[in-house]
Amino acid sequence: MTTGHRRAVLFATCIVDQLYPTVGLAAAELLEQQGVTVEVPPDLLCCGQMAFNAGFRDDAYAVAGRTLEVLRGKGDVVMPSGSCAAMIRHLYHELFAHTPFAGMAAELAHRTYELSEYLVDVLGVTDVGARFNGRITYHDACHGLRFLGLGAQARALLGRVQGAEVVPLPGCDQCCGFGGLFAVKQHTISTAMLDRKIEAIASTEADLVVTGDVSCMTQIAGGLSRRNIPTRARHLAEVLANMADAR
Amino acid sequence: MPQTIAFYDRVDHALHDSSLQTALHRATTRFIGNRAGAIGALSDADRLRDQARAIRAHALAHLDELLPQLAANVEARGGHVCWASDGEEARRYIIELARARGVRSIVKSKSMASEEIHLNEALEEAGFEVVETDLGEYIIQLAGETPSHIIAPAIHKTREQVSELFQQHLGMPPTTEVPPMIRTARQALRQRFLQADMGISGVNFGVADSGAIVIVENEGNARLSTTVPRIHVAIMGIERIVARLADLGVMLQVLARSATGQKLSVYTSLISGPARPGEEDGPEEFHLVLLDNGRSRILGGHYAESLLCIRCGACLNACPVYQAIGGHAYGGVYSGPIGAILTPLLQPDLPDAYLLPQASSLCGACQEVCPVRIAIPDMLLRHRADAVKAGKFNPVEKAAITGYTLTMTHPAIYNAGGKAGRFFSRILARKGRFRRLPPPLHLWTKQRDFPALPPKSFREMWAERKKQRRSSS
Repeated sequence: MTTGHRRAVLFATCIVDQLYPTVGLAAAELLEQQGVTVEVPPDLLCCGQMAFNAGFRDDAYAVAGRTLEVLRGKGDVVMPSGSCAAMIRHLYHELFAHTPFAGMAAELAHRTYELSEYLVDVLGVTDVGARFNGRITYHDACHGLRFLGLGAQARALLGRVQGAEVVPLPGCDQCCGFGGLFAVKQHTISTAMLDRKIEAIASTEADLVVTGDVSCMTQIAGGLSRRNIPTRARHLAEVLANMADAR
Repeated sequence: MPQTIAFYDRVDHALHDSSLQTALHRATTRFIGNRAGAIGALSDADRLRDQARAIRAHALAHLDELLPQLAANVEARGGHVCWASDGEEARRYIIELARARGVRSIVKSKSMASEEIHLNEALEEAGFEVVETDLGEYIIQLAGETPSHIIAPAIHKTREQVSELFQQHLGMPPTTEVPPMIRTARQALRQRFLQADMGISGVNFGVADSGAIVIVENEGNARLSTTVPRIHVAIMGIERIVARLADLGVMLQVLARSATGQKLSVYTSLISGPARPGEEDGPEEFHLVLLDNGRSRILGGHYAESLLCIRCGACLNACPVYQAIGGHAYGGVYSGPIGAILTPLLQPDLPDAYLLPQASSLCGACQEVCPVRIAIPDMLLRHRADAVKAGKFNPVEKAAITGYTLTMTHPAIYNAGGKAGRFFSRILARKGRFRRLPPPLHLWTKQRDFPALPPKSFREMWAERKKQRRSSS
């Protein structure tokens, strides 16, 4: 447990802001519980990944450039998304290469963290006092797993959830098929990938499938709900902040 | 620009082909398991992969010295070297050679470079009889198809389909047992080896300091193709070079383990020139075709890293998109993640090549297994950016991105858009979800629900929470 002098910006991401406010509140709560003073800059909107991944780099530059500006001099930045954190940590380098913002981008990359990473690796906490009576399985969201090297942190945190039975998800590191605009542009491939994920989740008979990215969560939840499978998809933060039933 | 649909047609066809789905699932699952076991058995896999990358990077950085060195060493041992700047030059050299030597019958062992230059069609058109001798290649030659995987060309075929082909073309009695099928192919091929005047092979590595070419295989057909006929022609992409014989220690290990999960392939042949005076085995002539075909152009640009590739096929097996659609859907010579990078570069005339880099969820499984750690997702992203720069995009997508950018750079628009979205959601969503959305988002809801928007955004709730806290303190 750390003392209360730590401050962090919570960069909730645009999807959390618009679709899953409870994830943002849960993340804030978790940070505050650990004595972190949370700041949510009202003008902080999006990392720019959607335009970047679609190949529209000028657009990505405009969105990400603004985000750089808003986050300038703000200290640690914590994101409840491995994908958006990977955008800043891994891809801003390429986006801002050979521009006047290259230095700012590198500096921001150094102080940007994914939530589970921040809790476990920076704050050194795994038991956050969470409780859930039921079976939980965990899906590794790709960008957090492969571009930030995450996975152990979430499992350590889930392992301390009182009352929860955590069961392995077969093919937990297989992509759910979301992939941003890929989910729409190549929807047939995307849903073929989702079918395999749903089959694996259903085989666990878990009450919750937990993941660290709301984009994957939207894909998985959309598949579960369409197929009337009772397993609910939740973000790790919601489970850890005892808000799994808050929506 | 008009949307090219050929790619999407191939994808739909693949997704609905149940034999293909069965074959792909069986084969990729086996490959993934074998690779994971073989790589996992190494105590120093990460170091080995770093070394492999360093060896390949060194070779690419010194191509201008290593290629002449390789050529000089091949010639010093009595071999001939053809510098082919494109497929046309390579084909012409091989056809003229075959004509000059009175060749009638040709056997081939597996070579993706020869696929790249459509050599078989050219040779057949020129009147030569060409037979593929790798079992997988032989199967697809009988079927009149192209390889759908770098190292397992007939991966898309089930055993049952192969049996039908053999019954039809080779008069095999009905069976789906593997041993009799292999016996049938072996008997048919053995004749061909003995009749052939020329053997054509690919090259896994050219070794600059010794002038040797390396071929790895599991069936022994490459060894026969390169030693029985009186002429051996090897086709090698110019990037497939290593500086030193000693480099093979690392390269052969990572190749076999990544490709098939073997410690080493069953046969590793190092071939340096024709049979020397007094030697009983080996061809009378050896020709090495060094094929550029766009590679030197790639070397100078921001896809240069893709030339590190050693064609192990691990990225194909690991890729969930490849697993779903197989190799033919990609429409190029190379498929899977590495094919999505190479096809737009090597086959720029294919009208839908620019769509291949978009057929990726960017999950990174490819990069995770790549023995030389090629940053495949980064390069797919560069392709997407280059396509946009070249004006190759869907106008609907362009409009969506323009709207996105406007929204994400103007908090007032963002907030108003959010409010409007929540208003419509209140009216249109049922039981907390959308079962149908208007175009283009109907593509999402075809097989997935979409969540209803919450009554308030996170930032609104946060602002209220802050206000409450202030008034209560």
